[in-house]
Amino acid sequence: MPTLTYRDALNQALREEMQRDTNVFLMGEEVGVYQGAYKVSRGLLEEFGPMRVVDTPITELGFAGVGVGAAMVGLRPVVEFMTWNFALLAIDQLVNSAAKMRYMSGGQVGVPAVFRGPGGSALQLGAQHSQAFESWYAHIPGLKVVMPATPADAKGLLKSAIRDDNPVIFIEGEMLYNVKGEVPEGEHVVPLGRADLKRSGGDVTIICHSKTVAVALKAAEQLAAEGVEADVLDLRTIRPLDTEAVLASVSRTHRCVVAEEGWSFAGIGAQVVDIIQREAFDELDAPILRVTAADVPMPYNKQLEKAAKVDPAKVIAAVNSVLYRSGE
Amino acid sequence: MATRTRPRARGGLDSARAEEYRGWLQQMLLIRRFEEKAGEAYSLGKIGGFCHLYIGQEAVAVGSLSALGPDDYITCSYREHGHALARGISARAVMAELFGRAAGCSGGKGGSMHLFDASIGFLGGHAIVGGHIPLATGMAFAAKYRETDQVAVCYFGEAAVNNGAFHEALNMAALWKLPAIYICENNRYGMGTALERASAIYDISERACSYDMANEVVDGQDVLVMHAAMERAVQRARGEKLPTLLEVRTYRFMGHSMSDPIHGHYRTREEVEDQRKRDPIAVWSQRLIAEGLMDDASVKTMDKRMVEEVEDAYQFAEQAPDPEEEALFADVYADS
Repeated sequence: MPTLTYRDALNQALREEMQRDTNVFLMGEEVGVYQGAYKVSRGLLEEFGPMRVVDTPITELGFAGVGVGAAMVGLRPVVEFMTWNFALLAIDQLVNSAAKMRYMSGGQVGVPAVFRGPGGSALQLGAQHSQAFESWYAHIPGLKVVMPATPADAKGLLKSAIRDDNPVIFIEGEMLYNVKGEVPEGEHVVPLGRADLKRSGGDVTIICHSKTVAVALKAAEQLAAEGVEADVLDLRTIRPLDTEAVLASVSRTHRCVVAEEGWSFAGIGAQVVDIIQREAFDELDAPILRVTAADVPMPYNKQLEKAAKVDPAKVIAAVNSVLYRSGE
Repeated sequence: MATRTRPRARGGLDSARAEEYRGWLQQMLLIRRFEEKAGEAYSLGKIGGFCHLYIGQEAVAVGSLSALGPDDYITCSYREHGHALARGISARAVMAELFGRAAGCSGGKGGSMHLFDASIGFLGGHAIVGGHIPLATGMAFAAKYRETDQVAVCYFGEAAVNNGAFHEALNMAALWKLPAIYICENNRYGMGTALERASAIYDISERACSYDMANEVVDGQDVLVMHAAMERAVQRARGEKLPTLLEVRTYRFMGHSMSDPIHGHYRTREEVEDQRKRDPIAVWSQRLIAEGLMDDASVKTMDKRMVEEVEDAYQFAEQAPDPEEEALFADVYADS
């Protein structure tokens, strides 16, 4: 199986889907001539031309709306946001137009569009460029929210998102674009709404998604050296959430830690914890703990930034706590 | 390329088009009688939520929509009962939607502000001011993408032009040479704020100059003038693949919504009475009578038929069933 970066896996998914379906097109800032701010769209302008790889002005609200309008009449746009921070300017189109069109038209008009780009923080990009917004979008009925953590999932989930008849919020990670992994060639489609057990162990469940998957795996590796075996469950799709996979793992381990890049208050972890306490209360041997970003705007200073972010040590500390053990 | 044309001087009416002319009057009467009945039903508590009436602006929807083809795309603001009727959604389906019935044009789940009929390209009333303008740009983009000769038309009020969505949408339409027609229904007030209290310039049509876009100021109380301006815009869109901004000067005879009195604190009774002298229905019916294409009796008969059609729609909506309980969770997602 070929090894690809996450970036190239996304590129492959876009290329294959654009070859498969002429209704699929890509639009956004710098996606064409510049080859993508993060080079996800490299080579696509040359292959598909400017009508299908559309460079837009810096006008997020406007081009998100253009994407929704084109989708309402049957095209399948992939709208790239240079980052999800900039998409705040477009959130009216995502929430008021894309998410509600099917419902308020009585089922007549759908919006089969994908809105994608990197979310969360990278390195020292400061407060306005270091934000995880998945809980905002996951709150909205009518939207699906997808967050791949590996190159293989990036390809397979993007292909599914493009084929989905609903508006899909597809959040990538700037720090993930260079991650390498094996990626199946050709028709590799990962269904939306299915979590993936990235590591199996019986003592504790670590639920994670996107960038926190690598953090959780690192923590699990260190814990294994201390004799603690962890399930690492990658949600992959935030909405619809794979409740069954969450409950299956927790019912096996009886202890759970939820890690996410975003802030704690009303975050994804809060939703996961709610599901577990309702559906598997009797399975729990300890309160569930959450590991999240510090509840502050992201500071620029390197040490402060590190302190604000989720890391393996924080996950390990939480695992030790739910196991009522002192770390070694 | 900023062309700028003013309403043309009136010539005689073309008697070969008499049927079409009478049809416009009939549509305007239908809208007027429909809106009066909707206002009445709202007061009786049969229609909920917000309800924005189109009385006074009928010639805009009728004159412009009559210049479109069956495959064209239409998006509107939340004051769209008149556009829905003029496009051809039945009075029964629109009234049933206002009543929240399953037989409504949006299955009773849209309401007054979200009327849809995708089968005739009527792609919604939208209720975030200006938010739907980029959607129309996207539909025009789709027409260009597929190389069809469709046109995308967007209706909005003059208050929407101070909104970023308007500028972003028009810039892209001009930049990419899209077959879009933006119809600004300048009824003088964004809710209770007069145009000159909200916009730094008075002539909204001039906003198009920023995008080198063709534009016109149109008398929206004269259905023939409206129709002719729309024909030019449609020709520009279909033929030359270029967008147009039409600033249509019109007036809302009623309050902003049902909770707003007719003149309120922001305009005087005298102003409203003065504007009512150019009632688009009176203007057009008098013209048809003066030109010998109709007479008093035939106008009255036509009006009576429209009153009956609206009464039928009202009865239909009253008796139509509500959506089934299962409708609550249907159509959130394509697969739900």
